[in-house]
Amino acid sequence: MSVNLTLLTVMGALYACGIYLLLERSLTRVLLGLMLLANATNLLILATGGYAGLAPFYSKDTEAAAYNDPLPQALILTSIVISFAVTAFMLGIIYRTWVLARQDEIQDDIEDRRVAATPSFDAEDDAVIPMETSEFPLTMLGADGGGVSDAPIPDSPVPAGGRDISGEAAAREEKPGSATIDKKPEGGGT
Amino acid sequence: MITVLAVHFAVAAVAPFIFRKFGRSSFYALAAVPAGSFIWLLLQHGAVYATAGPHGSGSGGHSSEVTPWIPDLGMEFAFRLDALAWVMSLLVLGVGALVLLYCARYFKNKDQYLGGFGAQLLAFAGAMFGLVTADDLLLLFIFWELTTVLSYLLIGYARTRLAARRSALQALMVTTAGGLAMLVGLIMLGSAAGTYRISSILEQAPDLVAGPAAGAVGAAVVLILIGAVTKSALVPFHFWLPGAMAAPTPVSAYLHAAAMVKAGVYIVARLAPGFTETAYWLPLVLGLGLATMLVGGYRALRQTDIKLILAYGTVSQLGFLTMVVGLGKPDAALAGLAMLLAHGLFKATLFLVVGIIDHQAGTRDINKLSGVFQSSRALAVVASIGAASMAGVPLLGGFVAKESVLEAFVHFAGEPGYGPWGAVVLAGVVLGSVLTFAYSARFLWGAFAVKPGVDRTPFKPIQPSFLAAPAVLSVLTIVYGLWPAPVDGWIQPYAALFTEAASDAGAEAGAAGHLALWHGFTPALGLTAVTFALGLAMFFARGAVDRAQSLVPDWIDADRGYRLTIGALDDVAVWLTGRTQRGSLYFYLAVILTAAFVLPLAALVSANKPLPEGLYFIDPYSPLQIVAGAGIVIGALAAVRANKRFLAVLMVSVTGYGIALMFALQGAPDLALTQMLVETIILVAFVLAMRSLPAELRDRTGGKYRVVRVIIGLAFGATMVFAAIHAMGARVATPVSLEFPALAYEGGGGLNIVNVTLVDIRVWDTFGEISVLALAATGVASLIFLRGRGDGIRASSTVEEGTVGRRRGVDKSSRDGAALALTRKFAAATRDAWLVAGRTLAPERRSIIFEVVTRLMFHSMIIFSLYLLLAGHNLPGGGFAGGLMAGLALTLRYLAGGRYELREATPISAGMLLGLGLATAAASGVAPLLLGGQVFQSAIIELWLPVFGDIKFVTSTIFDTGVYIVVVGLVLDVLRSLGAEIDEHFEEQPADTRPSRRAEPAEVHPAADWEAAAVPADTWRGEA
Repeated sequence: MSVNLTLLTVMGALYACGIYLLLERSLTRVLLGLMLLANATNLLILATGGYAGLAPFYSKDTEAAAYNDPLPQALILTSIVISFAVTAFMLGIIYRTWVLARQDEIQDDIEDRRVAATPSFDAEDDAVIPMETSEFPLTMLGADGGGVSDAPIPDSPVPAGGRDISGEAAAREEKPGSATIDKKPEGGGT
Repeated sequence: MITVLAVHFAVAAVAPFIFRKFGRSSFYALAAVPAGSFIWLLLQHGAVYATAGPHGSGSGGHSSEVTPWIPDLGMEFAFRLDALAWVMSLLVLGVGALVLLYCARYFKNKDQYLGGFGAQLLAFAGAMFGLVTADDLLLLFIFWELTTVLSYLLIGYARTRLAARRSALQALMVTTAGGLAMLVGLIMLGSAAGTYRISSILEQAPDLVAGPAAGAVGAAVVLILIGAVTKSALVPFHFWLPGAMAAPTPVSAYLHAAAMVKAGVYIVARLAPGFTETAYWLPLVLGLGLATMLVGGYRALRQTDIKLILAYGTVSQLGFLTMVVGLGKPDAALAGLAMLLAHGLFKATLFLVVGIIDHQAGTRDINKLSGVFQSSRALAVVASIGAASMAGVPLLGGFVAKESVLEAFVHFAGEPGYGPWGAVVLAGVVLGSVLTFAYSARFLWGAFAVKPGVDRTPFKPIQPSFLAAPAVLSVLTIVYGLWPAPVDGWIQPYAALFTEAASDAGAEAGAAGHLALWHGFTPALGLTAVTFALGLAMFFARGAVDRAQSLVPDWIDADRGYRLTIGALDDVAVWLTGRTQRGSLYFYLAVILTAAFVLPLAALVSANKPLPEGLYFIDPYSPLQIVAGAGIVIGALAAVRANKRFLAVLMVSVTGYGIALMFALQGAPDLALTQMLVETIILVAFVLAMRSLPAELRDRTGGKYRVVRVIIGLAFGATMVFAAIHAMGARVATPVSLEFPALAYEGGGGLNIVNVTLVDIRVWDTFGEISVLALAATGVASLIFLRGRGDGIRASSTVEEGTVGRRRGVDKSSRDGAALALTRKFAAATRDAWLVAGRTLAPERRSIIFEVVTRLMFHSMIIFSLYLLLAGHNLPGGGFAGGLMAGLALTLRYLAGGRYELREATPISAGMLLGLGLATAAASGVAPLLLGGQVFQSAIIELWLPVFGDIKFVTSTIFDTGVYIVVVGLVLDVLRSLGAEIDEHFEEQPADTRPSRRAEPAEVHPAADWEAAAVPADTWRGEA
């Protein structure tokens, strides 16, 4: 089997540039990176066809091996048009992000990172509950169904994701939103 | 049996509706189900014990039912009612009915979720009955897990209370963990035996234990025992049972005394006739059982909550039961089941009594309860019978059972072959019994006695119907004690299984003995006397016992161990999630891509394979490729370096066009054509979409990250190159595509092999692709259009001349102003328009040359696109290329004449086009089916037409037409969304809110007064 190094070298260069762009924060560059990756992949498929050959138009006098391989070509044709559709879709996303947020950047998901700061104190698991010696007491904590968390707030600092946070902050982490995590994005964005 | 189960589950399903109508009295209706089943069970007595003689002459009688369930998997509803199942069912159904009766007085009508609770309790009774009668390992496991889940729901009944939620979860975690181990064990056992039918596994048990699979069977049995240990709350998993006391007391009485926790004991009893000889059976069963009995008894003495005293007492008794039942001797088997029944009777009684005390007094704390005996003597009598039976006082069921248990252990201690262990176990059992006696006394004293210094507890009078259930149980305890013969008869067939096994093995067949109130002066009776003496001493010296216990440090507590384990698991999970879930796309991609190059590179390097043959840089048939390649690489590098948005886009386009050239050089004209068209349209789409974004494209990733990106990029590129070289070098087979040319011509009737591949040979693929195109087009439209699909744009004849994109607010004295005035003067000329809607554009954005060129080219391009479509079967072209060409023609119209021009050019909406295209393609696939062919089969039609001459029409062209229409629809959607709709967004915004940095000044439309455009149509004279 023959291997066309020119095609593969160009492919490698396109992959390298595409990946470099893909790892960028700017959505536009990510899209450009994707387009380069698509082109690189097309070249890869093309290279599987072997030597350049005759254009695949059937002629009775030509033997099958003399044509350039038609199967990769069919695959690439599909790929070209799909990439076009995907690019258009991404353009729509970029425009919509711009209209909504005036931003052309991929944002870090702060809620995702909140998980790392989850305190190891969890009221559901760790709160000290007074011993109940009856199912029929006069008043019961949370018996009205109002307070889901009937646990007291711990008064000593609580370890959370490698550091200590105050008991109050830990109790707040039980509810949506966070006050304890660093919002600076990773990858050096603005 | 299946009917009994079905009735249980069916009534449980409708129970919530019954409760909605009748309130707590519905419990009576529910109780009728297990009560009826109980009567049915009694009627089965004859069938079950029919062939079993008084001394057990064989496997005993049984009745079984088998219904196929999933025959392919060999799963079936196999049930078998033998002596063991029958005795267990007595307990399950009898106590179930009584507890449900009791619930009707225990709960209040206004209690929430009562319907669900009743349903769960009844379903639990059904599941428990299924568990003890199942004759299939997997079926047994299903019922096992059903009881686990239902017990979770029942313990967590008071869902607003933290204690209930937490202990429900704890019970679930522990029992499910054990259940998983058990599942593995069951499957191992089932596959070792070749069947999942329990009865036949037990029949071949001796062969299994001694046979070649002995190791696997031994491991399987250990795993199953782990399941039993967790379910029956043996050390070290005993802590969940006291925790589960957060459940309503009837639930505790049923699940945690009579039924569910006995499931583990049942499994031990079920397997004991066959598997006591496996290596780890006796150490596990006796060791854990004894430890549990002692720990439970010890801790029961420390509790101040009478319910917890019972809970730890149950733990202790479960250990006791497991030991007896698992001993594997006929007398122990008899004693074990006798004890199981006795325990079910007295423990359920006691729990129900606790429930009544709690209900009437409002507390279960022995430090607050005082003088309950005076308040309700009947209750005290019932409780005393239960507690005395628990302690093993003569004349009661507990005494009869315990005597025979002690008898069995005395025998065991006397048997050779176990060394000193028999005596150790006997001593442990006696010690456990002492503790049992002590906590029984403590319970009675704590619940009923008058305590000095404590006010007499206010106690509401008890309704007789409330007391009925425990009273019935205590009467049964007395009857059992005075007349144990029937119970003896029920159990003998089960005990006989052991005699049989022993005689089969050639060993001395020990006799099972009989249950009786009076055996004479035996060692067992002596041990009982010792037990009573020591137990009484411990009770009266309870002050000293308390002090001794308080010396033991707190930290010896399995519950604490559980919480620490769960806490550590949580912390590890948080740590791991925090390290991996960073919320940063950059991070995720970097990790994924690094893995994507490290693994293949490592494999390549470690394999150390030489490069394959046949590498070449310059293709002898196409030497120019290297030049095109250089252009592509330069374009890509420039795209990476570019710091202006449109420069970057242009550079990516350069690589795209370069690749088109590469296709052409490789011998792929179709690809080259399509790639050129797509690149052009993408370029236009980019410019349209990005005109509002800032022109500058800063690299926003910081220094060290950039280095990482470069490394990942280069390494990934290199990996791909080497992976491709090796992959292609490894090819040995003849390419399948060598068949394609002939296939295409003979089967597909076309000369263009690529096109025939797309529309015929691989048509399903293409059909999938155009569906994706339609989706993507719809996606683009839905991202841009805020309301509707925007098909309702007005005809251009209603739009005032020169209003679209008119610049306002330009100072007339400036140079811009002068230029504007000049262009507007020229625009006023009256002449035939080149484009239909060209006049709607503001004069300053019109280009007469562009309009003329568009006018000249549009129709030619459309014709050419149709030519590409139709000729594509034999020449370069096809549906994709044709559709893109038509799309390009539309793009020209839009650029020259604005959005109204686009509207005039496409009377059919984009959505309609997409639908039509898909429908055409689908129809061309389905039609052959109607004509008796296969989906997407194509036919070649040759006919003669005047003018055209001979015509060869291939039906796959119809499919290609569908493709063509879909592609036109896609391009139109892109133009309408990214072009026309964004134009409108611009014109709707006031000028001053727009960003000051503009992407491309020439493309930015100044604010036009939208209102001014909505003028009546009658003043217009537009026509093409």
